[in-house]
Amino acid sequence: MIEIKNLDFAYKKQVVFNNISLSFEKGNIYGLLGENGVGKTTLLKLISGLQQPNVGSCTVDGIDPFKRLPETLQKVYFISEDFAIPEGTPEKNVKSIGVFYPNFDLTLFRDLCKDMEVDPTRKFSEMSFGQQKKSLIATALSLNTDYLFLDEPTNGLDIPSKSLFRQVISKHINDGRTIIISTHQVKDVENLIDPIVILDNDEVLLKATFAEITSKLYFDFATEKDTEALYSEMLPGGYINVSINKAGIESQVNIEALFNTVMHNKKAIKEMF
Amino acid sequence: MEFNAHKPIYLQICSQIYEKILNGELKAEDRILSVRELGAELGVNPNTIMRSYEALQNSGIIYNKRGIGYFISPEAKDLVMNQMKTEFINDELPEIVRKMKLLGITQEEFAAYFNK
Repeated sequence: MIEIKNLDFAYKKQVVFNNISLSFEKGNIYGLLGENGVGKTTLLKLISGLQQPNVGSCTVDGIDPFKRLPETLQKVYFISEDFAIPEGTPEKNVKSIGVFYPNFDLTLFRDLCKDMEVDPTRKFSEMSFGQQKKSLIATALSLNTDYLFLDEPTNGLDIPSKSLFRQVISKHINDGRTIIISTHQVKDVENLIDPIVILDNDEVLLKATFAEITSKLYFDFATEKDTEALYSEMLPGGYINVSINKAGIESQVNIEALFNTVMHNKKAIKEMF
Repeated sequence: MEFNAHKPIYLQICSQIYEKILNGELKAEDRILSVRELGAELGVNPNTIMRSYEALQNSGIIYNKRGIGYFISPEAKDLVMNQMKTEFINDELPEIVRKMKLLGITQEEFAAYFNK
C-alpha cells in the first residue's frame, strides 16, 4: 500500500502540494487525472522515490521510497512520459534491468512483445515512437513489480495498440499489484481505470470508485439541457447532464464529463465524496 | 465489444451474457470465462467484471463452483427472459411510446405494424 500523509511539496517557490493525504491500495488500476501542471508526474516521482516531500510522509509498504532501499526499489517501476531511449534492443535492455527485479520473467516479456506486436530483437533506434513505447510497457510488466506507474502510456500508440494496451494491463493486474495510470487521454483507458483520482492545484479533489461515483452522480444523455444539473455539456445529438443521483439510478460514468463536473463544483464534490 | 454510453459497463457485460444465454451460445452448466479471462479479452478492469459476475450470481443466472469457476445455472434462460422483459418494459418501451405519441402514431396504426 502507498500512503501519503499531510504532504507538502514545492519546486523552489512553486507549491505543488499543500497538505495532501492519499492512499493507493493493492489490486487496483488507478486513473490519475488533473489539468496540466497540477502535479500528476510529481506525485508519481514522489512515490517512486525520485523526489522528497518537504513536509509530511510518503511510504510504500511502510517504507520511505526516498531512502532508495533495494527492497523498495525492486518492487516499484515507473515509465515516465519523456523516457530516455535505451541503447540496443528491448531484449538486451530488459535482461540488464531484470537483474534488479527478483520477479522478472523473460518468457513473459517475450509473450508480451508478441501480444503487443513488437520485435524485441530490433534496435530501439530503428523503431517508431509507438513501438518503443510498447517495448517499454512490455518491459515494465515483465519486471513483475508490485507497483507500476505509467505516465501517459497511450501517447503515440496507434488505434489497435491502444486496445492491446488495455488488454495487457487488464490481464496483468492482480491482487498483489497496484497500477497507477496518469493520463489526459481518458477515452484510451475508459473501462480500465477504477478508482479515479483527480488532482487540482495543491489538493486532491476526488478519489472514488466507479461504483461510488454512480451512486452519487447521475450521467444522463438528453435532448435538452438540464438547468438543475451540476454540469451540462452539449454533445452531437444532445446534452450530457451530470446531476446528483437522487433517484438512485445507475448510469455509465463519462470520465470527461465527470472531470468537468468536478472542476466546476470543487467544493460540492469534496463534500459529497 | 462496443459499449454504449448510457448503461454502466458492468450491466452491459451482464447484457452480453444474457444475449448469449438467449441465443443458445451459452447453455445450462456451461462454464463461462473467468473474471480475469474476460477482463483481458475486453480490456476492462477485472473489478468491473467481478461486479458483473456478482450481479449475475445474485440473480441466480450463474453460480460459482469454488476453485473451478462460474457456470450457467439450469434456470438461467427463464430468469434472463423475465429480467430482459422487465428491462424492456421499464427502459426501452417508454421511449418508444414517447416517440409514437410525438409522431402521432395511433394504437391502431401500431397494431398494424405489430401484426405484420
